[in-house]
Amino acid sequence: MSTVAVGAGPGRPVRAAPHAIPLTRVTQVELRKMFDTRSGFWLIASIVITAFLATVGVILFAPDSDLTYATFVLAIKFPVAVILPMIAILAVTSEWSQRSGLTTFTLVPHRHRVIAAKAISSVLVGVVSVLVAFVIGALGNLAGTAITGTTLVWDVTVTAGLYFLLGNVMGMLIGFMLGVLIRASAGAIAAYFVYSFLLPTIFGLLAANVAWFRNLQPWVDIQFAQGPLFVFESTLTGEQWANIVVTGVIWLVVPLAVGLGFVTRVEVK
Amino acid sequence: MITVEAVTRKYGTFTAVDDVTFTAGAGRVTGFLGPNGAGKSTTMRIIVGLTRAHAGTATVSGRRYVDLPNPGVEVGVLLDASAQHAGRTGREVLTIAQRFMGLSPRRVEEMLEVVSLTPEEASRRVRNYSLGMRQRLGIATALIGEPEVLILDEPANGLDPAGIRWMRDLLRGYADRGGTVLLSSHLLHEIEVIADDIVMIGNGRIVSQGTKTDLLHAAGTLVRATDLPGLQRALAESGITATLSDHGALRTDSHPEQVGKAALAAGIALTELRVADGAGLEEMFLELTAVSQRDGAVA
Repeated sequence: MSTVAVGAGPGRPVRAAPHAIPLTRVTQVELRKMFDTRSGFWLIASIVITAFLATVGVILFAPDSDLTYATFVLAIKFPVAVILPMIAILAVTSEWSQRSGLTTFTLVPHRHRVIAAKAISSVLVGVVSVLVAFVIGALGNLAGTAITGTTLVWDVTVTAGLYFLLGNVMGMLIGFMLGVLIRASAGAIAAYFVYSFLLPTIFGLLAANVAWFRNLQPWVDIQFAQGPLFVFESTLTGEQWANIVVTGVIWLVVPLAVGLGFVTRVEVK
Repeated sequence: MITVEAVTRKYGTFTAVDDVTFTAGAGRVTGFLGPNGAGKSTTMRIIVGLTRAHAGTATVSGRRYVDLPNPGVEVGVLLDASAQHAGRTGREVLTIAQRFMGLSPRRVEEMLEVVSLTPEEASRRVRNYSLGMRQRLGIATALIGEPEVLILDEPANGLDPAGIRWMRDLLRGYADRGGTVLLSSHLLHEIEVIADDIVMIGNGRIVSQGTKTDLLHAAGTLVRATDLPGLQRALAESGITATLSDHGALRTDSHPEQVGKAALAAGIALTELRVADGAGLEEMFLELTAVSQRDGAVA
């Protein structure tokens, strides 16, 4: 090991006063951190892989009459809707479960800036992933109709595509919120499954059996409210948008605000 | 310069850091000494804003740590070398720090060389690192921004003797060029070898602080004679209080010269007379360790 003194530190000439770290730089680093481990890389790669597998599945198993673009996009929705929130959860919780937050929050002591950078980079990854899924679905549609000799049907409008994108990004933000609120990988992932599978089931049972709840459901059940985003049929009504906003505030914005309060106060060890 | 003023942190009813005040000056190595669980790490986390103090303030170069625009280029921090994402390579960990600080990418390779991590080792994932390698990577992360202040929590842990020597020289050089170094340890010897100033903490409270020279001087005198009870009586007659230490010697706060004169006057032959270097500090430290650790009975 070298015993030579480091050519660094206090001996160097006086520097200009340091500039504050811009949010763009924090975001770039956080984006890099989502890809620079094997697990992170393969998690994101798995979106492409599962989208491909889902596409192949549609070509193999869907009846010829259903071989339209909408079928391909809906098939891809399921893996994407599960993996994107996991990516967002791990982007946040790894700072605690891998304890790298000790360095991150020392280099960027304003924790809300780190969290904001993680939110931005998660959404970027989400948007790009959905666009890639659209492309894979389109290739599947071309290949599928060519193989089966059916007619090529493009039945997803731009508006419907944007709805689909919005729905997936909101699902990802639910995962992000749970990561911020719980700050532990296993707990946040479990909570996500409660959110996306258990709660909708309970709400569904309630709506089926309790009359007065049936009218209330669109205003409290976030999955139900977001349902129209994934149906490539008509544009959303004002009331449907209102349902999405209200459930979004209840299930996303409020818990996120609580989580942010914890994150800025909690001790990093 | 690091200034900690009346900092207190509680966990429920337990006070981990209790009214702690000290300064780590520029151009000096300040050793933060205390048994495990004494509050060293909590105090350091409070300085860098990872833990909130319930009372008191801590500043680095006159500002609160969170108010530093780009902390990495002003303060090098190593709190726990194991606190890294196990799946990143060593080089990637350094690259992240370099990017956050907005430094030239060249600095990464430079720092790897400074801490003697080979390119092959730098390409390995941190999960496969020994504690010593993690420690070196952590020191590289702390140094990469060329800061003027270093805060290192137990940096010698896991380093081999050559590594400890290397780090000692590095920190000495740093302080000699005007830098501020605050490092913690639970090993008295380690602190004694490197520090200019010592802050000793036990059970969350500062029990002693000052320059190393002062603390060692306050240690007093050690004296031996064949007729120990006679010597003790003679010393008492000259107004010197001496206590029997456990190794058949007398200890006193008085100067060796006074002790020698008193023995001469009483006509008692001495077998040993010397400054009890560091023994006072060590005893104080052992006492602290005894009350705060389970194996205290041994001490």
